[in-house]
Amino acid sequence: MEDIIQVKNLIKKFQNLTAVDNISFSVKKGEVFSFLGPNGAGKTTTIKMLTTLLSPTSGEMLVNGFNPMHEKDSARHSFGIVFQDPSLDDELTAYENMEFHAVLYNVNEHLRKTRIEHLLKFVGLWERRNDQVKVFSGGMKRRLEIARGLVHHPKILFLDEPTIGLDPQTRNFLWRYIKELNKKEKMTVFLTTHYMEEAEKISDRVAVIDHGKIVAMGTPAELKKKTKSKTLEDAFLKLTGKIIREEEATAKDRMRIRGRAWGRR
Amino acid sequence: MGAIYVMWLRQLKRYWRSRARMVGSLAQPVLFLVALGFGFGPIFQKAGGGNYIDFLSPGIIAMSILFTAMFNGIEVIWDRQFGFLKETLVAPVSRYKIMLGRTLGGATVASLQGLVILIITLALGFRPSSFLGVLLSFVFMFLIAMLFTAFGTAVASRLEDMQAFPLIINFIIMPLFFLSGALFPLDSLPGALKLVTQLNPLSYGVDGLRGALTGVSHLGLGMDFLVLIVLGFIVTLIGSYLFSKIEV
Repeated sequence: MEDIIQVKNLIKKFQNLTAVDNISFSVKKGEVFSFLGPNGAGKTTTIKMLTTLLSPTSGEMLVNGFNPMHEKDSARHSFGIVFQDPSLDDELTAYENMEFHAVLYNVNEHLRKTRIEHLLKFVGLWERRNDQVKVFSGGMKRRLEIARGLVHHPKILFLDEPTIGLDPQTRNFLWRYIKELNKKEKMTVFLTTHYMEEAEKISDRVAVIDHGKIVAMGTPAELKKKTKSKTLEDAFLKLTGKIIREEEATAKDRMRIRGRAWGRR
Repeated sequence: MGAIYVMWLRQLKRYWRSRARMVGSLAQPVLFLVALGFGFGPIFQKAGGGNYIDFLSPGIIAMSILFTAMFNGIEVIWDRQFGFLKETLVAPVSRYKIMLGRTLGGATVASLQGLVILIITLALGFRPSSFLGVLLSFVFMFLIAMLFTAFGTAVASRLEDMQAFPLIINFIIMPLFFLSGALFPLDSLPGALKLVTQLNPLSYGVDGLRGALTGVSHLGLGMDFLVLIVLGFIVTLIGSYLFSKIEV
């Protein structure tokens, strides 16, 4: 089967930190591919580059045949994304956030209404649809964020640690829904997660990334065999060691530091 | 519904839902009108300048549009901090459309704010010279609003957080306002200062508004219109370019 995502020698450097260090991989069409790695390994940075939010220092990428750097609009037409950190408009209601997304992603009116209702009911927010997001709890916001990411059905869906802070019910719903989309619509899924059992259950293939480098890649079974482990979690720990990583400064922290210098990024 | 329309609608909804902020932002222009208008009124009259409220009102309308428009443009930084910016940046819509939609929305909001101030000035004794002039003033209100919303967006596209906010107020908005002829006539200023006022785009906005509302324009309404529309166009172009280059 053809590759829908291709990455070759991708490098991203921030001032004195190499977040992504010469990685190459490809994802096949219709595959569920997981990026696993400790905090600060470079998972989110890679997703940001693939989704046109960040330009790489060097290397090549193709997303659905388009270069995210030079054919931004075409690349953006090919994917959807659920971000790791919040990206809702607090002043809008839950429904408006969904609708806004649907319009931006060109979901037609009929489909828009039925899908929004279906998804909001599933994440238990239908009764609260006309409340502004700012009155929601953290968990509710997270659920809304997930629901919004599923309003349109892209060729490639990026999920950046989607299940963080989700209750088991929503988590189950999310994986079932995604598995179904993956089967029915041949949607490719690219995800990052810290929950190894989830990754093991849902992924066709996983890549383990550490310090910006891919240290292992293959099906969960292959990785377990290679490291002689019973579970993917054990395999992961053998591959990346047991030392706890320093938390990567989030984009926001970096922003606060650098933002002090006016106008420079 | 298109992307430009939803971006526009979002700005309007945000404005309508933060009525407290809206009322709060009326306080400053009203204070200026009352304190300066009635305070300097007699002196202005004695100096042969005529009715100061008539002179000042278009200036204060321009001021409130300037402030609202710039803040609306700068809201991009807020969106960046609250994360919503990402949602619009990865959407399969050209970023030019995103920027245009939000700029049009911000400009509409700022024009509405200007309209509210116009109504307040009427209550305080301002009398426009003709009804047609009032209609014409709407055009100028929107042009000023568009120019400075786009300008705010352009500035905010290059900034990452709110730290620079006081800088923007003190080094951009305040000089633009004080050196625009909003508060005093510009013709008897010393040479260098006069040059600065001629380079200030808001001078043309204030002059255009004053011309439309009171019938007295220094630079000519045609000139005002031309400067505002050409500059507005250029700044919108630059703004959308910078906006399209945002990285998160």
